[in-house]
Amino acid sequence: MERIVFGTLPYDLAHLLGGVTLLLSFALLSQRRIAATINTYACQAAVLALAACWQGYVQNAPHLYVTGIITFAAKGMIIPVALHRLVRRLKLAGGVDAALGIFPGMALGVAMVALSIMVVLPTTVQSQALTREDLALALSVVMLGLLMMITRKSALTQVIGFMSLENGLILAAVSVDGMPLVVELSVAVLVLVAFVVFGAFFLRLRAQFDSLDVTHLDRVGSAHR
Amino acid sequence: MIPNWFEPAAMAAFAPLLGAVVLSTVRTARIGSLIAILASGLGFAFACQLPWQMRAGVFILVDPLSAHVSILTAFVGFTTAIYSRRYIAVEIESGRLDETRARQYHALFMSFLGFMVLALLSNNLGVTWVAVEAATISAVLVVGLPRTENAIEASWKFFLLCGVAIALALFGTVVVYLAALPALGAGYAAMTWTELARAAPQSRGTLLNLAFVFLLIGYGTKASLAPLHGWMPDAHAEGPTPVSAVLSGSVMNVGLVVILRLRSLMAANADAIDPGPPIMALGLLSVLFAAFSLWGRRDVKRFFAFSSIEQSGLVAFAIGLGGPAGTFAALLHMTVHTLAKSAVFHCVGRATQRKGAPSFQVIAGLIASDRALGLTLAVSIVAIAGLPPFGVFASEILILTETMRQYPWLVAPLVLGLLVAGWKLAARLISLCLGEPTSGYGPTSGWVAMLPAWAHLGIVLVLGVAMPTAFAGWLVAAAQAVP
Repeated sequence: MERIVFGTLPYDLAHLLGGVTLLLSFALLSQRRIAATINTYACQAAVLALAACWQGYVQNAPHLYVTGIITFAAKGMIIPVALHRLVRRLKLAGGVDAALGIFPGMALGVAMVALSIMVVLPTTVQSQALTREDLALALSVVMLGLLMMITRKSALTQVIGFMSLENGLILAAVSVDGMPLVVELSVAVLVLVAFVVFGAFFLRLRAQFDSLDVTHLDRVGSAHR
Repeated sequence: MIPNWFEPAAMAAFAPLLGAVVLSTVRTARIGSLIAILASGLGFAFACQLPWQMRAGVFILVDPLSAHVSILTAFVGFTTAIYSRRYIAVEIESGRLDETRARQYHALFMSFLGFMVLALLSNNLGVTWVAVEAATISAVLVVGLPRTENAIEASWKFFLLCGVAIALALFGTVVVYLAALPALGAGYAAMTWTELARAAPQSRGTLLNLAFVFLLIGYGTKASLAPLHGWMPDAHAEGPTPVSAVLSGSVMNVGLVVILRLRSLMAANADAIDPGPPIMALGLLSVLFAAFSLWGRRDVKRFFAFSSIEQSGLVAFAIGLGGPAGTFAALLHMTVHTLAKSAVFHCVGRATQRKGAPSFQVIAGLIASDRALGLTLAVSIVAIAGLPPFGVFASEILILTETMRQYPWLVAPLVLGLLVAGWKLAARLISLCLGEPTSGYGPTSGWVAMLPAWAHLGIVLVLGVAMPTAFAGWLVAAAQAVP
């Protein structure tokens, strides 16, 4: 494989797609409406699918196309449609209950990205330029997903945060040169994601909670015993 | 590269998994429990042959370490399957579980067991990760089976915490691959434990550091080291008790074995940080935190879950100490704790069914009301508290002497943690087993029902009083597998 350097198409496009994935993570963090959050997630999955396919082309690794197609079909289409139906059927309110305001959330997000870059770039000085920057972008997406899970109170938006975190993992896996088992791992991740969506459905349909507000979860830990 | 999944070594994991597939089609819970016993028994039989099948393939690794922990896991799975037969029957009679859920219980339990053994026997970080993920999902479903509000909350919490943890572990896996890429080149080798260990000196130390952080957080959550233990007490308190017996030993062991392999990987690289201190810090924190958390617990299962966190912390501490003696002590402690703790949970499950609730207020004076059950529980708690003549005492002394040799000033906090925990366990032993019996309306348990627990306790006793030389040699070989 030829060495990929700055200014060539393989590098620029891969970088662009990774950057857009990260940008959509910020969009997720700032979204206030559930429907828009789901749509943003679908966009992120679609961009990720493109990134996987592009890496498949650049690395000449056909199995990455499979990862891309699976990602697009499941995370870009099926899961968002299912989530939209869930929202409509359960008549969830349009707003998202964030524990943090937009500005503090974004500021923390920027800090997370800075942290990821400061951690990844010095540790990967000898690696290929593309790999190290993609790894920094992927770690940023992971951190922003975590941040979203922490700053949202509703289980549904936490689930979307979790799924966006998983997008970061797939981005990392496809960007690393010749990583084996990527398809298998991405399917396993998908099972995890599907399970988390199923869990949110199940929790809600049980109608055992007044809302999807997970602050209830402290009940088992503290008050009872 | 098609692996031969049906070789005898892999069958130790696949026998329970095949059992799970068969169980998903069986209609009655009674037959289901027999199939579960058969499948886990077969798995145990295959696991017992592992010591004669040492090899390192692309996907399957049979070395003394993986063989030892697999046999242990398969054994506990087998005895717990035997124990589950009566336990689930009583649950159905009392109406807490219906026939459908009892069937689901057996199927999920077998898949949980199979994936855990697969994670232990896997030579590939990716396969380990997938197996741990699948085992987690099975365990989450089992914990939620009673379908009470609390059980569902506990399983959701379990799932979210462990889901995030294994997501971080996957990132760590990608970074390990990247670290080994220059030494091993693209392909399966850079994800294989044995090849990674061989090429560790030439791998990128800085990247290994980064991977270490993510893998330690990810698999440390599975090992339920403080402060990553949040899922553990709830999952124990709310799930079916036989699952606690397996959760307490085996899931933690899977996490600890990965941490052990990671330590030897890090230690072989000159540029990487010394993995010992961070692992020891997490371990010591778990010991102290869990020991003091034992105070004020009113739920019996939650109480023993905190005791498991303490013991897991102690194993992690010994792993962090490293060296042949430290690793030997860690493996011995892992073994005796797993056996003794599952015996405790076997008794706690019966006691809960007899008295109606897993609360210290409700369960008291067991020896007076149920002689066999009370005595077995008393002996199990003596074993778990680290009192002689049981094996836990021996392994704790080994860990303490090794600490004394390497870090004398750490002996004080460690002994404090062990004493605080031991004191509270002894106090609870008195309240649970001695004194005035409370009224019970569930079925009583005779000595025969206690046989699985006594099998465990017998092994723990022998390991404490007169460890066979062959077993000691076997553990030394296991410790040498991860220098």
